[in-house]
Amino acid sequence: MESKTLVLGVIGSDVHAVGNKILEIAFREAGFTVVNLGVLVSQKEFVEAAVETNADAIMVSSLYGHGEIDVRGLREALIEAGIGDILMYVGGYLVVGSQDWADVETKFKQLGFDRVYPPSTLPEDVIPTLKSDLGM
Amino acid sequence: MKDFVVLVDIGSTFTKVTGVDLRQRRITAQSSAPTTPQDVSLGLQEALEGLKLPSGQQDQKQVLACSSAAGGLRMVAIGLVADLTSKAAKQAALGAGARVLKTYSFQLTEADRAEIMELDPDICLLAGGTDGGNSENILHNAKVLASLPRPVPVVIAGNRSVAAEVAAQFPETFSTYVAPNVMPQIGKLQVEPAREAIRQVFMEKIIYAKGLSKASRLIDGIFMPTPAAVLRAGQLLSEGTATDQGWGDCLIVDVGGATTDVHSLGAGNPSEAGVVMRGLPEPFAKRTVEGDLGVRVSVLSLVEAVGLGVLARDSGYSEEDVEERVHLLTGHPELLPQTPEEVVFDQTLGYEAIRLAVGRHVGRLSELYTPAGLVWLQDGKDLTKVRKVIGTGGVLINSQNPLFMLEGAKKDAEHPLELRPETPAYFLDGDYILAAMGLLAQENPEAALAIMKNSLSEYALTGRDN
Repeated sequence: MESKTLVLGVIGSDVHAVGNKILEIAFREAGFTVVNLGVLVSQKEFVEAAVETNADAIMVSSLYGHGEIDVRGLREALIEAGIGDILMYVGGYLVVGSQDWADVETKFKQLGFDRVYPPSTLPEDVIPTLKSDLGM
Repeated sequence: MKDFVVLVDIGSTFTKVTGVDLRQRRITAQSSAPTTPQDVSLGLQEALEGLKLPSGQQDQKQVLACSSAAGGLRMVAIGLVADLTSKAAKQAALGAGARVLKTYSFQLTEADRAEIMELDPDICLLAGGTDGGNSENILHNAKVLASLPRPVPVVIAGNRSVAAEVAAQFPETFSTYVAPNVMPQIGKLQVEPAREAIRQVFMEKIIYAKGLSKASRLIDGIFMPTPAAVLRAGQLLSEGTATDQGWGDCLIVDVGGATTDVHSLGAGNPSEAGVVMRGLPEPFAKRTVEGDLGVRVSVLSLVEAVGLGVLARDSGYSEEDVEERVHLLTGHPELLPQTPEEVVFDQTLGYEAIRLAVGRHVGRLSELYTPAGLVWLQDGKDLTKVRKVIGTGGVLINSQNPLFMLEGAKKDAEHPLELRPETPAYFLDGDYILAAMGLLAQENPEAALAIMKNSLSEYALTGRDN
């Protein structure tokens, strides 16, 4: 079966590198082709990497609380680039303080994400859903 | 191998020849004659006669040539995303010694097609998509190129998965060459195979189209574009051979009337801890060409880039006199400075061309404040630790004060974030042999390296042991 390509990265001015590496390894072991952009990734880099690699999904991490600002407009940028219907996940410490998770999830879904994951989500919680969303 | 090699550089105005004794590893004779564009073999013959080789060498010599005559190698580079495969394709073409007329991104439009017809390139480099990545774009662009009324050689170096399909879009009148992808993965540059493919096409096709084949009866081998030979020489000088150490990271600068070329040899990794690399990685042997920075044909755009005020301040001319002088120079590229003031003016132009061209070539830092503190981002190559800056080309070699111009390459207090050489030593290609040694490097790298080191050391402009 043809491998599905994921573009992975930590968005914005966020330098949390360890979780990013763990995700890369976990997704690769699960059979995905992983294009890991690392940390401090801009929206432009996510969009451009997804275009060149013909990616099947974009996996955005944010662990420093400013994620909402960083991801705003990403879905629109993807639409502009001609890949507006690409699957997009986000996870991490997406907001500052203890906000109600249901509100956070709704907010990020409105920002264009298909799945939104709270802190401490393990890769094995995500991979089956991802495979199902990609029709694998 | 034969003991005597003659290295030929067919330039747009002069054909230069250098005789080398391989056993003694030294230059035995040099000569030049005006290039004869209708039949380059005439000028070449005259230059060869000027060598006055003894009859023993005459019979058993090997002749190798490079050329930048007939406009050089004119290319267009085509990719998908401007900062990714298009940039990689441009870098591959520049490294192959080409003049990149234009770089295209995304799907070629009808207007782009018309423009390519107008530009009439010698070769098109077609990239786009990482391996296994986007394939629509390169297929679309192949169809557009295939519909050009005049067949053009096409080097295909994009998404490997569709390379054969891309080649199949072209009718038989087109020559197509498939090379490995210039960017097989995001963040991985692979320009060497495409460069080699371009050189093959240059040898097989372009030298015929440019009338250089008439000289081929006088030449035994290696026809490459002159800038590619210079880059090859720099690479050898920097890396050395198995038995002879190289000079390490180098910067080579060539100011011309129309363009300023900068070659850097070095990995360009961050020299300070805690710096994060951004953007596309750059090749060890990187070449850039600034088409708007030259001291004659392009002098008006140079002045525009530098600013009239700065040039007036540094040359001692009034702004009106600067304007008058540059208009004269652009119309009369053959004009040489006569008075001491004109000499200083020319040197100031050369200094500014180098300052700007190196500034565009090197990487730069930018600062980013994050919740975890200040982070430095590096785009491009860090060349701060480069210890050797080498000048080549007629403008520098014939100048009375090449050092003054070359110092335009070094660290610039006004632009502290540009990663320029901080404390380089300066050398001049005073025997004008870099292109020749790039040719010889293909056949006998040990001899080429020894000759280059000797010759450049003779023309050390500051602190030889620095």
